[in-house]
Amino acid sequence: MDSSEPSPSGDPDDRPAVPAQRSDQDAYLRVRDLRVRFDTEDGVVRAVDGVSFAVERGRTLGIVGESGSGKSVTSLAILGLHDPKRATITGEISVGGRQVVGLPDEEVRRLRGRDMAMIFQDPLSALHPYYTVGRQIAEAYRVHHPKASRREARQRAVDMLDRVGIPQPARRFDQYPHEFSGGMRQRAMIAMSLVNDPALLIADEPTTALDVTVQAQILDLLADLQAEFHSAIILITHDLGVVGQVADDVLVMYGGRAIERGSVEQVLRSPQHPYTWGLLSSVPSLHGDADADLVPIPGNPPSLINLPSGCAFHPRCRYADRAGTRSRSEVPELRAAGGTGSASAAGADGHLVACHLSAQERAAFYAEDVARVGVAV
Amino acid sequence: MSLSPVEGVALAEIESGPDVGGPATKGVVGRSPGQLAWLRLRRDRTAVASGVVLVFLMVLGLAAPLVEMAYGVGPREQFQQLLDGFGMPLGYAGGVSGDHWFGLEPNLGRDVFIRLIYGLRTSLFVALAAALITATIGVVLGTLAGYLGGWLDAVLNWITDLTLAMPFLIIALALTPAITLRFYGERGQVSSAFGVGVLIAVFAIFGWTSTARLVRGQVIALREREFVEAARASGAGLGHMLFRQLLPNIWAPILVSFSLAVPQFITSEAALSFIGVGLSDETPSFGRMIYDSLDFLQTDPAYVFFPGITIFALVFAFNLFGDALRDALDPKSSR
Amino acid sequence: MTDEPLLRVRGLTKHFPVRQGLRATSLVRAVDGLDFDVRPGETLGLVGESGCGKTTTGRMLVRLLEPTSGSIEFAGRDITHAGRRELRPLRQELQIVFQDPYASLNPRHTVGRIVAMPLQVNGIKPPGGIKARVQELLELVGLNPEHYNRYPHEFSGGQRQRIGIARALALRPKLIVADEPVSALDVSIQAQVVNLLRDLQRELDLAFVFIAHDLAVIRHFCQRVAVMYLGRIVEIGDRADIYERPQHPYTRALLSAIPDVTQLGPAGRIRLSGDVPTPLDPPSGCRFRTRCWKAQDICATEEPALVPRDGGRQATACHFPEGGAVSTSPEGEAVGTSPEGEAVGTSPESAGAGPVTDAAVLGAEPAGRGAEANVEEVPS
Repeated sequence: MDSSEPSPSGDPDDRPAVPAQRSDQDAYLRVRDLRVRFDTEDGVVRAVDGVSFAVERGRTLGIVGESGSGKSVTSLAILGLHDPKRATITGEISVGGRQVVGLPDEEVRRLRGRDMAMIFQDPLSALHPYYTVGRQIAEAYRVHHPKASRREARQRAVDMLDRVGIPQPARRFDQYPHEFSGGMRQRAMIAMSLVNDPALLIADEPTTALDVTVQAQILDLLADLQAEFHSAIILITHDLGVVGQVADDVLVMYGGRAIERGSVEQVLRSPQHPYTWGLLSSVPSLHGDADADLVPIPGNPPSLINLPSGCAFHPRCRYADRAGTRSRSEVPELRAAGGTGSASAAGADGHLVACHLSAQERAAFYAEDVARVGVAV
Repeated sequence: MSLSPVEGVALAEIESGPDVGGPATKGVVGRSPGQLAWLRLRRDRTAVASGVVLVFLMVLGLAAPLVEMAYGVGPREQFQQLLDGFGMPLGYAGGVSGDHWFGLEPNLGRDVFIRLIYGLRTSLFVALAAALITATIGVVLGTLAGYLGGWLDAVLNWITDLTLAMPFLIIALALTPAITLRFYGERGQVSSAFGVGVLIAVFAIFGWTSTARLVRGQVIALREREFVEAARASGAGLGHMLFRQLLPNIWAPILVSFSLAVPQFITSEAALSFIGVGLSDETPSFGRMIYDSLDFLQTDPAYVFFPGITIFALVFAFNLFGDALRDALDPKSSR
Repeated sequence: MTDEPLLRVRGLTKHFPVRQGLRATSLVRAVDGLDFDVRPGETLGLVGESGCGKTTTGRMLVRLLEPTSGSIEFAGRDITHAGRRELRPLRQELQIVFQDPYASLNPRHTVGRIVAMPLQVNGIKPPGGIKARVQELLELVGLNPEHYNRYPHEFSGGQRQRIGIARALALRPKLIVADEPVSALDVSIQAQVVNLLRDLQRELDLAFVFIAHDLAVIRHFCQRVAVMYLGRIVEIGDRADIYERPQHPYTRALLSAIPDVTQLGPAGRIRLSGDVPTPLDPPSGCRFRTRCWKAQDICATEEPALVPRDGGRQATACHFPEGGAVSTSPEGEAVGTSPEGEAVGTSPESAGAGPVTDAAVLGAEPAGRGAEANVEEVPS
């Protein structure tokens, strides 16, 4: 309980365990206290350690993090794609009201593709090289529509190819993945994941392998399709620019834990966690002073095998000392960023941060940081 | 240096090392990939067991004259007095006794144990020498073909294909007696050194192709790596490229292929001796012993058993060790 | 303008033959006639999408690839086809930093050996010994000199990239070609390495050819910028010109396609349709015409020359360059309100100020053709 002492606000309501997000109950995807653990030769890896979030239909959640932050492991857990022999998963994942954790493989498979689908970073490795693109899309449709005839499945696939902006879809149906260009392949991949109208779409770095002009097309396409199908989208990326452009809500992950969560305006406009500040100030921008030095975060992303004690960010944090020894000994919980607000106020606001610093301290340090960096984001 | 901002960042990076660097930051002197492989090898029980067996057998083979002295019996000594009227050894299990641990050969009455020890020496020598020569030829040709490419690669590839197309057994059958005839004539007494030399030469001519192919593929994969380009961009010559940059990176597969080639040559030597084109009866060898023992499969099964079990143990240990070595050198391939 | 360029590139071309069997059936025109200069201490950014030839250019500059034609002059000497021995003294002044921090260091060598390699290869014995020089270099790039005896696998990506930079600095070069030096690194590490390169550039007065696909990184590092498309430079100029007054439509499209943290929500932007065509068979005339909203008949028949505009240092290869100053306001209204507003407005695939979702996703005619032609050409 000493955790609430040093904060000048001294508000006991400061730390509701995990405040419910707005309209959490009717969210299509609900993840509560998700933990994914791998037992490896070198020790236990807690790849995801107590992450909670929710996504409604029609909204996009951006999950941001660097390598080893646990962002991809989270998405694979939602899809039930971890090998149960190697990964231990606990917590709650509810997709459209159905609990995924602990569900038999067969039933997860039924959910996958029909209720939730994934878009991978590298469409070339996700598409089978020996089958035509159209056939793979049609197969994906027939898996969940066993009564559909071949002709219906083909028609559906052609429609989907058309819908994602592939010209001459009927001809393209009979071509192989290598005959598609990078951008077209990603479109085909999106067509395949959307063929069964899934309500939840998980896109893991969908544009990282693409050129910027093609990336812009794909991001637009995702936004258009979301407006049309009213799906919930999780966009996993390391690129804050992409998140700012397409996400409604943002979850920042570090060392397997959620360290900040809120709407895109909250997280990118008034970031609360020193790590988020660091990310924002280290990204080169097209605006502002080009001659100013970028302000990097010192150090390296942590290794999950050997996670720093307490707040995983403390070895890289400029302000770790200000929180006293707690930063090393105690894992900060995700709590309302406003600080003075009660749990319910936090619920309304929805901006959460896992940092030992009090809201006032954070505000002061951030102002200091902005003044030092010279760029107010 | 006055690069203060950089220094600050970098020092923080280093200082935070012990916290965030994970396994990478133990001790000031780093562990080389070779040392790491050695550690993995030592942790592998199969590797340790097969390694111990190999070392034991090799020491036995090397120390054959010493063993002879301690044992008190030579490989060519005949103990006719211990054979019965039909030339079969007296006693049980082929004449096993305190003086003759593995019994005696029928007819000639020579001691099986000491002949096995010397056979071990012959087999190991032939196999190791052949493996060493083939590995050298393979590495040289493979590296040159892979790194230089072009017409040299085409020619070497063609020669490799040609060699692979030649039927090994038939040529060995035809060639060995022809060579012997050429040097010694019809009646000359063939020295055992000459027989061993011919055998190694035959293995060398046919055995280098697999190593060459392996090395060539590895070098082609490495050639495009950026560290090789970095050396080229610094003006490195051919020697530096091959010996400093490329070879250290292909030691692992070469070592594995070497350790798997040795048991192959052991069995090949036995096979050739068995069909009669290998070594003469004068030189103790596994193949020759098994060949001789087959006549007595019914009457004296122990005579087949001892050389059979030894060659099995030797080849098995080599293969196990080779596989363990592969796992240790390339931990990714085993998962 | 008075000082001689350190690097002078004229008509630089690289064609890769595509072989089927023994005969070369067609040519990949990876780089097709580049002209540019780099003066001592200057930083030039080469930027473009995949297949624009920027990496091939970088490798030709350090002579890892043999140019098909054209010339490269370094410090007043023609090195286009110089042999290894002739190149030797120049190698020391011309170094390269690679993209992949994992592939660019020999895994079997210690850091000390890696950094010392250029010294040993060239038989250079620095005063105080090789080890002292290597440790000095490690310190220069912000690594602990005590880590001399460690192996690359014991370092993180950012630290490995620093090792690669130390190696490039070992011979005290005058020009460094940096091929996407930060794009393989984590976001928080990229800034560290960019800052390091910038400090080194200032400290040691290095000239840089900085190759990247990321215009934002280039902006923070380079004084001059050359934008490449399909093996040609479409626009070259000072940083301020390129970022504030881009004249080539492709430069504008590239700038507006970058998602910027400072802008939230779906920014209106110029939407290029389709992908970059294949360099196996680049479009006739202006290579960008298949994706350009301004394309007219002349664009298909006549290749625009890279001509200086406004008598200044900015040169653009376009038949219909932008007029005066155009604000690249990220909101994208500029597109609608700029003098060539009509041109933009009439083309369906470029997003005007209107809602992005209204624009056709692809289907637009000229662009559609481009995208298609592109995919068809991929050899099957």
